[in-house]
Amino acid sequence: MTSDLVSVRDDIRAGVTTARATVDGYLTRIHAQNSTLNAFHEVFDDESRAAADAIDAKIASGVPVGPLAGVPIAVKDNIVTRMGRTTCSSRILENYRSPFDATVIERLTAAGAIMIGKTNLDEFAMGSSCETCAWGVVRNPWDPSRVPGGSSGGSASAVAADLCAAALGSDTGGSIRQPASLCGIVGFKPSFGRVSRYGLVAFGSSLDQIGPLTHRVRDSALLYQCMAGDDHRDSTSAPHAVEDVVTGLDETPRRFRVGLPLQYRKGNAPAVDAAVMRAIEHFRSMGAEMVDVDLPLTDVGISTYYVIAPAEACSNLARFDGIRYGHRTQSTSARDLFDLYAQSRAEGFGGEVQRRIMLGTYVLSAGYYDAYYRRALQVRRLIKEEFDRAFTKCDVILGPTSPTAAFPLGGVTDPLSMYMCDVYTVNTNIAGICGISLPAGFDESCGRPLPVGIQLQAQAFAEPLLLKIAHAYEVAQGGRARIPASIP
Amino acid sequence: MSDANAPLSLDEVRHVATLARLAIHEDRLPQLQRELVAILGHIAQLQSIDTAGLEPMAHPLTLSNRLADDIPESAMPIADLLRNAPATEGDFLAVPKVLGGESS
Repeated sequence: MTSDLVSVRDDIRAGVTTARATVDGYLTRIHAQNSTLNAFHEVFDDESRAAADAIDAKIASGVPVGPLAGVPIAVKDNIVTRMGRTTCSSRILENYRSPFDATVIERLTAAGAIMIGKTNLDEFAMGSSCETCAWGVVRNPWDPSRVPGGSSGGSASAVAADLCAAALGSDTGGSIRQPASLCGIVGFKPSFGRVSRYGLVAFGSSLDQIGPLTHRVRDSALLYQCMAGDDHRDSTSAPHAVEDVVTGLDETPRRFRVGLPLQYRKGNAPAVDAAVMRAIEHFRSMGAEMVDVDLPLTDVGISTYYVIAPAEACSNLARFDGIRYGHRTQSTSARDLFDLYAQSRAEGFGGEVQRRIMLGTYVLSAGYYDAYYRRALQVRRLIKEEFDRAFTKCDVILGPTSPTAAFPLGGVTDPLSMYMCDVYTVNTNIAGICGISLPAGFDESCGRPLPVGIQLQAQAFAEPLLLKIAHAYEVAQGGRARIPASIP
Repeated sequence: MSDANAPLSLDEVRHVATLARLAIHEDRLPQLQRELVAILGHIAQLQSIDTAGLEPMAHPLTLSNRLADDIPESAMPIADLLRNAPATEGDFLAVPKVLGGESS
């Protein structure tokens, strides 16, 4: 049976177990499972054992420890760590070692968390299946012939298989929530600006956000609480004070309104629609009011996203030039700087990353900027206004996280079809609001049971309310009754 | 030239690859062209939305960027910064000749 982060933390603190025994247990499971799942690219065996021993020594001598003392956390490999390498699952950063830790790593370490390893992702976080990872595909513990989702698929697979107490991911258009949905765990994307991105390798700078992937909602709340807040090193981090989201988590709001967009009911797998219907019944039984809301631009989200995100990505990825760090071509035909840039980049970046750089370069190029980029930013304003109107009628918006459960590896080969996996998640990032994916049952129509998720979205900086409502749903639903059959 | 509904020619794909500093092999260009045309065909739906008079929204928050105070701070040691460089000479990054190359 898997253990949630708060239980692991409490057991260490109460002396039921030690941090060292906890870490050893996770390391044993990682080494048994990772050859199948490929969730981790690098595991910090020695460093995590040493960190656990240090925590145990503190506890034994009565020194106060932080709220995450001894808890092993996995880190998506696009978040920089001094320990080990940071590759973004890309050949261009195969041997990159960061000279500094990301702010989230500093804050979690200060709270006592132990970094147990780095997890695989779709290359540079561009994908929805973890099939573009340069270090091989990641597999779903519920059915290893299927994808874990992406791009934080290594983190989702690791949490679902109980290879860590929780994991960090990043979400630019659904990259925390969609893999959480496909792996049957909780995935939380905070509002834009809420968690510092200092040390997150930039993809879409107006969209990226770091967040947790966990077993339970309270785990996500605790990790969020430890990471969130202003950071002078990230000029886009919000100066607003972070409210306490842990203490009041058990208090279900007395009255709340759940918005149901008509546009979220088209083209979903039957098991996904059924999960949303069950969630509606749970919320009704809590006394919540169901209201219809209108989000007619839902279908335009993918188009808007695939202008803005590639435009930002092609600018951000211009830094990978083979000069200061990363892969440099060894080809003798690279005779001048242009050749050196172009050949290093063509050798280092995989196909999907090159496609998005091309798309971004095109939509920003002379003659097309107004028709694509400027127009997408105008539609972005309409999408934001559409959410603002919806949130005058409701507190949270309920719908599916992903239209389907996990699909087979190699099952989606056309780039545009892959992009459509994120139809319910991209607009959250476009508008900068917060969203959470919650386990909501199983699709039993594909052989092995496959998890399906529901998503709740709330206004920017409404994390306290979103997490309370998510927690109430989790309690009503009865928690996770099953664990992946492939996991001993 | 700026018709968002016009299909992307192979020459344009080649030109964009040059702008993007990607040495994409000629053999791969036709497939990349097909994929980009399909994606741009989908994105063309943005053209049907009335956006007249709307201010573009570059950023989701109404926060303004904050500037750091102009106070000198200690920087990362040069050795740490050079550790990841593919080629160095002393405290410098080594690169091929900038001037005088065949295509410069």
